Amino acid sequence: MEAWLDDLFWTYQNLVVSLGINGLLALSMYVVLAAGQLSLGQAAFMGLGAYSSVLMTLAWGWPFWLVLPASCVAPVAFALAVGGPTLRLSGVYLAIATIGMGEVLRAIYLNVDALGGALGLSGIPEQASPLLIYAVLAAALAVLWLVGRSGLGRAMEAMREDATAAEATGVDVRRMRLGVLVASAVLAGLAGALSAHATDFIGPNDYGFEPAVTILSFALLGGVGSPFGPVLGASVLTLLPEVFRDFANLRLVFNGIVIVLAVLFLPRGLLAWRMPRRAA
Amino acid sequence: MADAAPRRVSLLATSGLTRRYAGLVAVDGVDLTVPEGGVHALIGPNGAGKTTLFNLVSGLVAPSSGNIRFAGADITRLAADRRARLGMARTFQNIRVFGAMTLLENALTGLHPRLTSSLVGIVARLPAFRREERHAVARAREALALVGLASRAEERAAALSYGDQRRLEIARAMAGAPRLLLLDEPAAGMNPAETVALSALIRTIVGTGTTVLLVEHDMHFVMNLSDSVTVLNFGRRIFSGPPAEARADPGVIEAYLGTKVAARLAGR
Ligand SMILES: Nc1ncnc2c1ncn2[C@@H]1O[C@H](COP(=O)(O)OP(=O)(O)O)[C@@H](O)[C@H]1O
Ligand SMILES: [Mg+2]
Repeated sequence: MEAWLDDLFWTYQNLVVSLGINGLLALSMYVVLAAGQLSLGQAAFMGLGAYSSVLMTLAWGWPFWLVLPASCVAPVAFALAVGGPTLRLSGVYLAIATIGMGEVLRAIYLNVDALGGALGLSGIPEQASPLLIYAVLAAALAVLWLVGRSGLGRAMEAMREDATAAEATGVDVRRMRLGVLVASAVLAGLAGALSAHATDFIGPNDYGFEPAVTILSFALLGGVGSPFGPVLGASVLTLLPEVFRDFANLRLVFNGIVIVLAVLFLPRGLLAWRMPRRAA
Repeated sequence: MADAAPRRVSLLATSGLTRRYAGLVAVDGVDLTVPEGGVHALIGPNGAGKTTLFNLVSGLVAPSSGNIRFAGADITRLAADRRARLGMARTFQNIRVFGAMTLLENALTGLHPRLTSSLVGIVARLPAFRREERHAVARAREALALVGLASRAEERAAALSYGDQRRLEIARAMAGAPRLLLLDEPAAGMNPAETVALSALIRTIVGTGTTVLLVEHDMHFVMNLSDSVTVLNFGRRIFSGPPAEARADPGVIEAYLGTKVAARLAGR
């Protein structure tokens, strides 16, 4: 009986954490999609945030209040470094290039001893409480909502609709693309640091191709008319496999079916509502 | 010809402007001069290079050679958004409104270069940001009123008729009060009544101090409206001067109406 209770608590705790982290990752996907970029580097950014934060905690002994903001540094640096060359690409080429970069990073985690290789890094103190995770998620939602209702939000939507017309009306498309990539890196980096410090273990396979696609599916299912859509999509895709726990093996198949159905029947996502684009 | 007119500082001047594509020269060494004020037309048969010239001027296509000066500065290597910031706005032959956005939001994007609030100002909703946004909304509404779409400000742009989408594009371009407005076939797809209204609108726009350079197929429309005409044929400038002279120019008639009609006119 006690074991059963313990099990329930653990399931519950993990789920609560996953919902928050996946919500953040969905927002990290949202900021690039909302500006019309199919950039799939979110899992890679998350991995950089996770690995760098764990090194700060374990190797350097930094306090978590310092580790959390510092966890954005590596992902942002990576975004700035790859931003220049990759943003010349568009559509599916950009998607492939960014997934490729994620795989390169995965190979590095696997082969560098200081990063634990295939075993990953463990013994991470659980310093990220669910409360903190949800506070970060709420702050991210609020910022994206406020930015969305401003000239920046209009510029992003204009770029998504027609980048050429946006440029002709005065939107610095290159700078905006780099900007949203950096924002995406910040959000995913935070998600990486938070999840690493909520689960005590990280491994290279947490940040490869499969998570990249899963993060994309959060936004596709939820819709990118507002930042709430992707968070809803993440919640559904996080909760559904739990509801059907007995079929855990079929989890990926199930995700795939949900995505195909959503794309076919809900092209604007579960939450088709489009946020207004001006302040007050 | 026009070159004999007294020299004024021109708002836009291209010299030797050329754009090559594989196997053809879409714009071939064009010298185009647009003085400040008034309506100036760019005409020529289909495929003459008018849209390509607009793309070169607005910075969406890079020239193969030649240069472009705008308001006294060399803008040949400037990105399109920088040119918009200098006061250049345009519409497109194939309408490019932001369909999912409301009319007001479309017009607001035309004010993008004038927004200066920082990310911090935006997120903190600082008074300066609120003021700027209020001001921008007021200007965007004025631009919609200019083209007669004020009452539909909250509708989605995609819901508009073809002619109304063209007018919305003009509102978006005019919201930022540009010095030069480039209109690429603004009357295309409009019915006669809409075309008459468009003429009046263009006159109103010129009255606000914006210089208009327009590409148009409807000769009648151009002749009544324009202060000067430049004619392109196969990428080359074949005429530049007052509209009345363009109508009488044998080279223009030949290019425009085809050699057959030109021969018949010459025979009379
Ligand atoms: N991107 C392009 N690639 C190849 N050829 C082009 C391109 N854009 C325009 N052209 C060609 O350049 C010529 C001029 O086109 P355009 O400027 O659209 O003419 P107009 O607007 O006067 O009808 C045409 O022959 C057209 O096919
Ligand atoms: Mg054309």
